[in-house]
Amino acid sequence: MCLAVPARVVELSGDAAIVDLDGIRKETSTVLLDEVAVGDYVLIHVGYALERIDPVEAAKTLKLFDELKAMDAES
Amino acid sequence: MKYVDEFRDGDTARTLAKVIRAEVDPERNYRLMEFCGGHTHAIFRFGIVDLMPDNIRFIHGPGCPVCVLPAGRIEAAIRLVEEEGVILCTYADLMRVPAGKRDSLQKSKARGGDIRMIYSPTDALNLARENREKQVVFFAIGFETTTPPTAAAIKIARAENLSNFSVFCNHVETPPAMMHILSAGEAKIDGILGPSHVSTIIGSNAYADCCDKYRVPLVIAGFEPLDVIQSVLMLVRQINAGVARVENQYTRAVSESGNEKAKALMSELFEQRPLFEWRGLGVLPESAVQIRSEFADFDAEKRFEMKEIATADIKGCICPAVLRGMNNPDECKLFGTACTPEDPKGACMVSSEGACAAYYSYGRYRTAEAKA
Repeated sequence: MCLAVPARVVELSGDAAIVDLDGIRKETSTVLLDEVAVGDYVLIHVGYALERIDPVEAAKTLKLFDELKAMDAES
Repeated sequence: MKYVDEFRDGDTARTLAKVIRAEVDPERNYRLMEFCGGHTHAIFRFGIVDLMPDNIRFIHGPGCPVCVLPAGRIEAAIRLVEEEGVILCTYADLMRVPAGKRDSLQKSKARGGDIRMIYSPTDALNLARENREKQVVFFAIGFETTTPPTAAAIKIARAENLSNFSVFCNHVETPPAMMHILSAGEAKIDGILGPSHVSTIIGSNAYADCCDKYRVPLVIAGFEPLDVIQSVLMLVRQINAGVARVENQYTRAVSESGNEKAKALMSELFEQRPLFEWRGLGVLPESAVQIRSEFADFDAEKRFEMKEIATADIKGCICPAVLRGMNNPDECKLFGTACTPEDPKGACMVSSEGACAAYYSYGRYRTAEAKA
């Protein structure tokens, strides 16, 4: 029920956006977000964008995985 | 898919699991409750349970809105359809949940009831716009992830004066349920995997009381497999160090304070309900919301003077104990025999995120082998 999927905003008009979900275009409400821009990735749940995905934080998490793998390869 | 594929990499998963195996203390057990059904499914679907050392046990929590909705609420919705002649809109998961007397929304629909499965509250608004001569009721369920969209829909209905639209509100709250399970103490829990998308709304600070009061560590975890495994590692480290604090693994979407705009919208439309019955957990104070009196025109419970209906659960079904983290689904006599996803007896087998459905879909052969 609480699943939400990341999708890229491709068009914006008022409180609505068209998002691209791996090639599927879908209309979504952005009324729950303060700021959103074309190109942002947002989490979609029941037709609403819940939150923007922070690309910097996502990169940090992935970097941590890489560091663990590097440490593991050394040991 | 960006932000999905890179968090499902098998090599990284194996490495993370290796680190966990190296860091766990073989002298102790780690009983970790994943609150959300979404996590339960990730754990089984991606085989995370098989990557973990034997002394890490997953306890399945009540974070499945369909599973915790008491049968009486479904029966009340069926009455709306069959006695008041409303068009009832709901998320698909609810259709097959057993109500009293072996009934369900699906059976009511088969008898001719006008029940529509919808994807979004926006669809319910559209149905109300297209059917002005009929009453359209949105049967709203869900935790804090799903509550703000319902709030947004009611606001739109008011702005458009959509007087034939109303909401049967069954929205529940995560922290009170978590507190209840910890205070009941029936399931011994060493750490909690905190919700992903509920937390995008309510923020990581919302769990501080839980951690402080019950001295249990909590890590907010994303729903992808690497998120879950990394969060397990973070919990193991907290448990080993003897600390109990809120940590956030899912930083790409969850902040400390959450989504302020969504929270403001929720509190504009909803207020705390003094008491609400949860399947499995019983009647909990201040654990759910109801529509504020300013928006009472859109409250189906008031519009149709709906009454509470008490309904007994199916005999032999141990859903209530499963929801409290006391039993695993395969310990139920009905599991996989009388109760299957095709013909569910308990709510936990119906919902795609119920613990019983997860065991059945991904783990029933493993369980059978382990017992043999």
